[in-house]
Amino acid sequence: MLSKKVKLKIFYLIFLLFCISIFIFLILKSLEDNIVYFFSPTEIYNKPTISLNKKIRLGGLVKEGSTQKKDSSINFIITDLKNEIIVSYNGLLPNLFAEGKGVIAEGQLTDKKYFIAEKILAKHDENYMPPEVKKAIENSN
Amino acid sequence: MLKKLYPDKILSLNNRWTVILSILMILIIFVGLIYALFISPPDYIQGDSVRIMYVHVPSSFISLGCFAFIGIASIFSLIFKIKFTPLIAKSLAPIGTVFTLVSIVTGSLWGKPTWGVWWVWDARLTSMVILFCFYIAYILTWKFINDFNKANKISSIIGIVGMFNLPVIKYSVDWWHTLHQPSSITLTSAPTIHYTMLIPLIIMLFGLIIYSLIIFLMKYKTEIMKFKLEKKK
Repeated sequence: MLSKKVKLKIFYLIFLLFCISIFIFLILKSLEDNIVYFFSPTEIYNKPTISLNKKIRLGGLVKEGSTQKKDSSINFIITDLKNEIIVSYNGLLPNLFAEGKGVIAEGQLTDKKYFIAEKILAKHDENYMPPEVKKAIENSN
Repeated sequence: MLKKLYPDKILSLNNRWTVILSILMILIIFVGLIYALFISPPDYIQGDSVRIMYVHVPSSFISLGCFAFIGIASIFSLIFKIKFTPLIAKSLAPIGTVFTLVSIVTGSLWGKPTWGVWWVWDARLTSMVILFCFYIAYILTWKFINDFNKANKISSIIGIVGMFNLPVIKYSVDWWHTLHQPSSITLTSAPTIHYTMLIPLIIMLFGLIIYSLIIFLMKYKTEIMKFKLEKKK
């Protein structure tokens, strides 16, 4: 049905695609630490060597009831529900910053428990709903 | 199905089809926009900026879809040397490029009020830029290489290699931590987007797909005519 030439080409192409996918996989795997946009508190805890005074990004949820505002500076806790890190920040917060919501802080660790942020980004999750529905869910809880 | 895309079939395709599709598209997009901009509710935290999604998500979908077709067409033209598959791929490229750009720009406009930044280099956004580069490389190959067979070979390789980027874009939000949120609509579980927002999204998706189809048919017809003229010379 298929001529010999075409068959040979198909095999060659499959082989090539296989090689490329392995190649790409290895590249992505070795670059993983650079590809991830932020680390969670647990990942920072589990790192054998943490680099203090180096710019990194920390991400997680803002712990409910943990925000303390004083003038323009704010302290809050970023949690991934297993581990927590205290973040202190001085500056403007994004509008969508809220307790219980996702957040990413860019800055430096001073030790494993304390983080000084230079920039705060609000992370939006994949849930979309009208305000009334949100209210209804809260009421039923 | 594939037979419908044979050059002679396309050439005899009446302009009436384009008109019918255009009317259908205008109707669907009109309804979709009314629904998206006025009837659908604002989001509980994003507010009205959620409405950007009704253009952003369909654009991203089409930009990935177009490249998937380009990749498949490239495989066919490399293995079987079918004359019209490169023409199909070539006609899809500009559509995908424009929608990639629309997706990136609308995403950026949404990012500023939501995240607090216009742009970050996280995995999803970066892989989308790489897709855009592949589109540009693909189009430029056809523009700068005059010999049809040579251009076909090189552009097909670009198309096939670029295809590997597609799963990376799709799953980047699951494989790595990204600022971009994971998909709200997946095949395996219920959508995490309320149906009052899902309906306009799907209407807009259909509208923009039909729009892409119209542009594709027009471009494909032109490419076939150009190809036949080249041959006669």
